[in-house]
Amino acid sequence: MVVGMTLSTFLQQLINGLSLGSLYALIAIGYTMVYGILKLINFAHGDIFMMAAYFAYFGISVFFLPWYVTFIITILLTMLLGAGIERMAYRPLREAPKTSLLISAIGVSFLLENLATYLFSGKPQAFPEFPVMTTPIFVGGLSIQPVSIVIPIVAFFLMTVLLFIINKTKVGMAMRAVSVDYDTAKLMGIKIDNVISSTFAIGSGLAAVGALLWCMKYPSVLPLMGVVPGLKCFIAAVIGGIGNVKGAVLGGLILGFSEVLMVAFFPSLTGYRDAVAFIILIIILLFLPNGILGKKQVEKV
Amino acid sequence: MKKSLSLLLCLALVATMTAGCSGSSTSSDNSDVIKVGVFEPLTGANASGGELELEGVQLANQLHPEVLGKKVELVVADNKSDKAEATTAAARLIEKDKVCAILGSWGSSLSMAAGDIVKSNKIPAIALSATNPQVTLGNDYYFRVCFLDPFQGTVMANYAYKTLGAKKVAIVQEVSNDYSVGLAKFFTDAFTKLSGDASAIVSTGNYNTGDQDFNGILTNIKATNPDVIFAPGNYTESALLIKQARALGITCPIIGGDTWETNEFITVGGADVEGAVMSTFFDDTNPPTEAGKTFVAEYKKLYPDRQNVPAVTALGYDGYMMLMDAIERAGSADPQAIRDALATTTNFEGATGVITINANGDAEKNSAIVKVVKDGKFTYLDTVTITQ
Repeated sequence: MVVGMTLSTFLQQLINGLSLGSLYALIAIGYTMVYGILKLINFAHGDIFMMAAYFAYFGISVFFLPWYVTFIITILLTMLLGAGIERMAYRPLREAPKTSLLISAIGVSFLLENLATYLFSGKPQAFPEFPVMTTPIFVGGLSIQPVSIVIPIVAFFLMTVLLFIINKTKVGMAMRAVSVDYDTAKLMGIKIDNVISSTFAIGSGLAAVGALLWCMKYPSVLPLMGVVPGLKCFIAAVIGGIGNVKGAVLGGLILGFSEVLMVAFFPSLTGYRDAVAFIILIIILLFLPNGILGKKQVEKV
Repeated sequence: MKKSLSLLLCLALVATMTAGCSGSSTSSDNSDVIKVGVFEPLTGANASGGELELEGVQLANQLHPEVLGKKVELVVADNKSDKAEATTAAARLIEKDKVCAILGSWGSSLSMAAGDIVKSNKIPAIALSATNPQVTLGNDYYFRVCFLDPFQGTVMANYAYKTLGAKKVAIVQEVSNDYSVGLAKFFTDAFTKLSGDASAIVSTGNYNTGDQDFNGILTNIKATNPDVIFAPGNYTESALLIKQARALGITCPIIGGDTWETNEFITVGGADVEGAVMSTFFDDTNPPTEAGKTFVAEYKKLYPDRQNVPAVTALGYDGYMMLMDAIERAGSADPQAIRDALATTTNFEGATGVITINANGDAEKNSAIVKVVKDGKFTYLDTVTITQ
C-alpha cells in the first residue's frame, strides 16, 4: 500500500488530517482551560459538545430559524449551559477534595447523556445540510470540501483570540492569576467565581463552535456523539500539555494527523484507529509526563 | 453411531431440563398472563433498527393478544446497542420478569451476546433479523425467522458481478460488529468464486461502531479505483460513509446489506445515498403470502403516514406469530415445550414467506429482495432466489 500511494492520495490524507485535527483542537481547548484554572478534568465537556449539536439541530430543523441566528443562539446557550453546570455541580464542591469534583464531572456527563436520550430519543437526527460548506471543489486529483478549510481557519482564529484574551485583557490576567495560585488570587481581590464562570463559558463556547463545524462535516446528531470526541480531545489536551492553550491545539493536530496517516500507511490496522490515540498518550506520558508544551506537574486521574 | 449418541445426549438434556424446570414451569402455567420478552436496542447506535422490529412485534401483539385463552404480555428490555448490556438485559428478562420466550435482537452481535444466557436458562429465543450464522449455531434455544449471511453475501456478490458487471470490489466493514464482518467475508468468498479472480477484492477498510470520519479509509479506496464498494454496517455510519465517499469524488455504486433499511439511513444520507443498493427480507408492494398482505394492510392502518413498510418490522411480526403458533401447538407456556414446538415448525405462513425451521434452528429461506434508494425511498429492484 505504501509503495502504491500517489502524491495526490497523500495530500488528500493530509487535508483529511488537518480538518480532523483542527476539530479536535477546538474541543481540546475547553478541557485545557478548565484544567488550567480548577485542576479539574471536566468529563462533561464532550457532552456539552453534544448538547450544542442538538441546540443547532433544533434551531434549524425544528424551529426553522436562519442559520446565523441559530449559530449565535447555539453558542450562547452552550456557554450558559457550561457556566450553569459549573454553578450547580462544581461550585458547591469548591472546597472539597479534587476527587469529589472529578466524580461530580462524571456524574454530569452521565446526566447529560441520559437526559439527551430521554428528551431527544436514542435515534440519530440528521443535521441540516450546508451545501456551500460541503460541496467539494476538485483541484487536480484532490477533493476539498470548503468546510475542511474553514475548520482550521476558525480553529486558529479562535486560538489567537483566546490567547489575546488570556494575555492582554483583565479577565485573562485574572484567569492566569487564579491558575498560578488560587488562594493568593482570592486575597488580591479577584472575584474567583466570576473568573471561573467565564472560563467555563468560553470553553463551552468553543465546544459549541466545534460542534457546529463537526456537524457540518459529519451530519448526524446522537446523544452519545460526544463520548469518543470528548475522550480523544482530552487525550489531545494531555499530549499537548494540559493547562496550555497552544498545547491543546498542537495535541489536537498531532492526534488528527496520526489517526489519518495511520489509516493511510497501515490500511489493515484501520480498525485500531481509536487505539492509536491511547498509544500516543502512553508514549507521550512516558517520555514527557507534562505533555509537549506543559510546564506544571500533571495530577493523576 | 453418531446419531444414537446425539439422541442419547438429547434425552439426557431433556431429562435434566424437566428436572430443573418443573418448579418454574408450574408457576407460569398457573398465572393468567403469558409473558414474552422483547429484547431490542432502543437507545444507542442501533436504536432505529430496534424500534422498527419492536413495532412489528407490538402490531402482532395487538392483532393477536391472546393464546391458550391467556393474555400475552410483552416485556420490553433495552439492550442499549451494547454487547455487555445485552447479556444483562436478557438475564433480567429471564430472572426477574420470568418470561417464557424472548424475541430479538436487531443486530447479530447483540443476539449472540445473549446466546449463552438463553441456552443455560433453557428459555427459547427467536432472532428476528439477526443474520449471522453464529446466532443459532450450537444453540438449541435460539431460532430465527430471517435468512442467513452466507446467503445474503452470495446475493449481493451476484448482484455486483452479474448486474453491475464489477470486476474489482472494495470492502468497508464495521469491525466491532459480527454481522458486518461475517457478511463481508461471505461476500468476499462468493465474489472471488464467481469472478474466478483471487485478487478481485482490491481493498478492505475497517471502522468501529460510532465512527464518524471515514475520509482516511475512503481516500485509500479511491486510489484503488474499484468498480463497486460493498459496505455492510450500521445505518448511520454507512450513510456518513457514503456521503464522505461522494464528497471525495468516488462515483462507483455503493452496496450493502439489510441493516441499511431504516429511515435514518435516508435522512442522514440525504441526496448522497440515492442509488445505494441493499439486500433485504421483504417487499411491501408485493407480499409473498396472504399473511403478508394482512400485515401490510394492518401496518398501513396503524401508521398511515409512513412511506413504506420496513422489512425488519415484518420479521418482528413473523417472530411473534411463529411463537404464538408454537405455544398453541405445545398447548402450554412451558419454555421447554415451546422450544420443542418451535424446533418442529413446518410450513408456517409468515408475512415474509413460508417458514420451516431446520436442524440449526434457522428458517429455510432461499430468496432475498434487492432494494435501491430512489427519490428518498427504499424501492423494490429485484427478487433473487438461489438454490444451493
